[in-house]
Formats: sequence, C-alpha cells, structure tokens
Amino acid sequence: MKKMQKILVLMVVIMTGLVFSVPASAAGMPPAVGGQLPDMKIAMPRDSGDKAYLGLSFGFGSFRIPQIKAKVVIVEIFSMYCPYCQKEAPIVNQLYAGIEQNPALKGKIKMIGIGAGNSLYEVETFKKRYNVPFPLLPDGDYVIHRQLGEVRTPYFIGVKINPDGSHQVIYSRLGAFDGVDQFLSTIIKLSGLQ
Amino acid sequence: MKIFHYIVFSLTAAALIIFPCGQMAYGLSDAYKNNVYQTGQLKPKDSVLKVKVGSKAPDFTLKAVSGEKVSLKQFRGKKNVVISFVPAAWTPVCSDQWPGYNIVKDIFDQHDAILLGITVDNIPTLFSWTNQMGNLWFPVLSDFWPHGKVAASYGVLRSDGTSERALIVIDKKGMIRYIDVHDINKRPPFEDLVRELEKIKK
Repeated sequence: MKKMQKILVLMVVIMTGLVFSVPASAAGMPPAVGGQLPDMKIAMPRDSGDKAYLGLSFGFGSFRIPQIKAKVVIVEIFSMYCPYCQKEAPIVNQLYAGIEQNPALKGKIKMIGIGAGNSLYEVETFKKRYNVPFPLLPDGDYVIHRQLGEVRTPYFIGVKINPDGSHQVIYSRLGAFDGVDQFLSTIIKLSGLQ
Repeated sequence: MKIFHYIVFSLTAAALIIFPCGQMAYGLSDAYKNNVYQTGQLKPKDSVLKVKVGSKAPDFTLKAVSGEKVSLKQFRGKKNVVISFVPAAWTPVCSDQWPGYNIVKDIFDQHDAILLGITVDNIPTLFSWTNQMGNLWFPVLSDFWPHGKVAASYGVLRSDGTSERALIVIDKKGMIRYIDVHDINKRPPFEDLVRELEKIKK
C-alpha cells in the first residue's frame, strides 16, 4: 500500500512539472496573421519621451503590446548585430517619419523595435548610431524572440488593437519591405484604418 | 524516510522537465539566409589559457582577408588592441558578433583602440563569410596555417580545431589587460568590453 502511495506522489509531481513546463520550454511559432501575439512582457522604456509616445506614462516594470495607445502597432524584431537591420534602419526611420507627418496616421500607428538578444546598452547603441526616433527595447535573454518562434531578423509584425483592448496580428513577415509607401499602404489596408 | 527520497527525486525530475537544457535562441540576421550551419549547444569552454592579465601578449603576424599582413607589434605605442577570436565562419553566434562591432568604430576610436578579428578559417572562407557583414572597418585575420597557431599561443584553441569565443584587450605597451573566454554558445555583451576599454583610458 505504501509503495502505491509513493508511486502516486511521484506521478503527481511529474505531472505537475509537465503542466507547468509547457509555456517555459516550448518555443513559439512566428505570429500568424489573424491570430494573436504570445503573451510577451516587454521592458518598460526608461525614456519619458518613449513612454509618452506609447501612452505608457504611468506603468512600471513591463508592458504588453495591446496596452500601447494606438490603433495599429508595427513591431520590428531586430538586432544591433544584424547587417540587414543596420542597412534597413534609415528606411525604417523613413517609415516612422511617414506616419508622424501624416495627420491621419499620427497617433494611430505606433512603432517599436525589440532587440533580439540585445542588452539595453546594445539597443541604445543601435538607436544612437542610426538616430532611431521610435522606442527600441531590449530582449537580452531572447525570451520574446523565443516566444516569437526565433524569427530571423529583421522581422516585422503589424498588430491591430481594437477599442475593447483585444488585438489581432494583421502582418507578419521576415525581411526588408519594398518601399515605405507600399508598406504603409499595406498596413493601412490590412488594419482597415482608412 | 524513503518517501522523502522519492519526493526529492520527483522534484528533481520535474525541475528538469520545467528547465530543460534547450537549444540556444539566435537572433540570426536574414543576411545569411539559410547558409549558417547550426552547431547546436557546444561545450562552453574547451581549452586552457596560456596567458593572463598583466602578462605580455604573445606577438603574431597573420594574413588579413584584404591581403595585407598584420602584426600585433605594429600597434605597440600607438593603439590599444582588442582581439576578437571567434570559433568559426558560418556558425550561429559568430555570424552575429562582428557585424555589431562594425557599427561602433567611433567607440573603439574614442578609446584609441583597434579591433583585430581572428578565426582559424582560411582566407577564401573568411572572404565569403565577411562579405555578408557589409564592409568591415577592422582587419579580419586568418589563423589557418599552421592551424590555430596564434589561438594555441594564447591557449584558446579548442580540441576540435576551432577557437574559443574570446576577447583579449592589450594596451599600448603590449600588456594584456582583460581576457574574456566567453561561453562559446553566447555572445559577450558589448558593454562589458566598453567598460574594460574605459579602464585603460583612465
């Protein structure tokens, strides 16, 4: 009888381990269009301008993308160490300028970059080198990168945020986009913004 | 008492399931497409250092991808030298290391430092590989033949013929000021190197 109890204890503990192991060990898949983002906790920007831009002025610790005050968020997964991200940086800056200079889009579409495997110092180095005007946030331990299916960089994700706080992935693609205007019209079209 | 052992065993088993020794995640640039060979998880370190902080850096002369020959002693009295040994061309973490250094020449300049990238690969391989990184501002040197001689003289040649992922900072007097034989599976955070360069400046 005692032996049975021991086996039971063993099984319960292992089963508990299995249940809790799923989110920790399973690498995610790249976000699918029409689906939702994984539950990504992003480090709160230190810069007050970045916080204000994202509408996160009163938060601490970390935030999630649907909390951003916007109708659409464009997320770039990049790395300071990635040659294509370096080459693409001026074009991505133009995309930001294109949004900010258009009164119909300013405040509605926001952008952030997440540095896969990059420390805070490394994302700030990239930001300074390319004068990146939108928030770049670190993912030093690749936690977010793993949740996103370890995508290669640069990778762009468009997220539509609904008035009720729910969200939906509208764009998810690897690599450089074909021109700022074309990319922006794709995002506008997919989001139903105009 | 035996039940206690069972519980300890069970908890250990559960912990192993929760925190597996999984594959590293790589923020690999699309610049390399599918041409980077996946090495999987490697033994973090596999060599014994032959140099130490405060000792004189062994001199060497190696051929660069650009064709010139580069000697350590040519920087004596002129520049601090950062040697970046990386294990091999076309491997995951290495492909994501030097391109980062390529955008921070100003930081090396501020610290009066030159960077020398060294691998045990031959020149044609290094040529093809570094071409994917854009135009590198620092020399990339081949320690191919006699194979890994320079890596061996520093004690960073691994038993499989590749080198460690190591950063070595040498001051203008030729003395070693910093050694980081990093876990081969991980990229050293750039701020650690900058902090060491700051120390030399003081």
